[in-house]
Amino acid sequence: MTNSPETNLSAAEPRPRRGAAQEGPSNLRSPLARVLGQGSAKEGVHHWWVQRLTSVALVPLTVWFVVSVLSLPALDHATVTAWIGQIWTAVFLILLVLTAAWHSQLGVRVVVEDYVHGGGMKTLVLALVTFFHVVVAVAGVLAILKVALGGAG
Amino acid sequence: MTERPLSPHITVYRMYRYTLLTSILNRATGLVLSAGLILLVYWLVAIASGASAYRGAQAVLSLGVLKAVYVILLATFSYHLLAGIRHLIWDTGHGLERTQSKRSAALLGVAAILLFMGLAWWALHAAGSAP
Repeated sequence: MTNSPETNLSAAEPRPRRGAAQEGPSNLRSPLARVLGQGSAKEGVHHWWVQRLTSVALVPLTVWFVVSVLSLPALDHATVTAWIGQIWTAVFLILLVLTAAWHSQLGVRVVVEDYVHGGGMKTLVLALVTFFHVVVAVAGVLAILKVALGGAG
Repeated sequence: MTERPLSPHITVYRMYRYTLLTSILNRATGLVLSAGLILLVYWLVAIASGASAYRGAQAVLSLGVLKAVYVILLATFSYHLLAGIRHLIWDTGHGLERTQSKRSAALLGVAAILLFMGLAWWALHAAGSAP
């Protein structure tokens, strides 16, 4: 690094520099806020982007699911296991459960962030929301796999 | 914890604004659909648990209370799907002018009701929904 006037900060009181890219606007946040994982620490846009990505995926997946279930000739065990036993049904069902659980987690998280106040309570509820969605997703996927692999006879 | 005013400031909004109604409805329907996801996974787990376990679950799933829940889920799905598509169109930068947004809100309401009625009619006449 050259010792240009721009980078030379030998003065006793370093003045705030413009264009310090590695710092960014998030240097206004306290280290504690970052550690607690509240709000954006440079990845705030990630939530927004994944919410959009899952939205786009859920349009065809949910429409497919509603149409497929309403098209089933019956809802008895033999019919639904035969349906889930079809490879593409299982594939789309797994994608639906995973994407819906992810999308739901992101959505419920925002509601909790807006309406549950108090640092400890908010963190606790957010953790529970995340755990719950993981349980729902894993249970759903495992159930689909079990039926699809012929274990639900 | 200091008692700072926290967003969203529900008490300061004018509650009759269509923007507020469509936004809150999208959130509320999303929460209802999250509950619907639990129902879906319960159904899938019941299927995976075998024929006799499934018959027990079917007795639960065909309760009158849950039929009302299915109606609500179809309605919330209809709204949340179309409202979500409206949001995705906004994300491309289109339809953000006030007149356009007002028009798309009205269109959303009408389309959601029509989609719900269509789905409800189909569900009533679907072979699989006969108990």
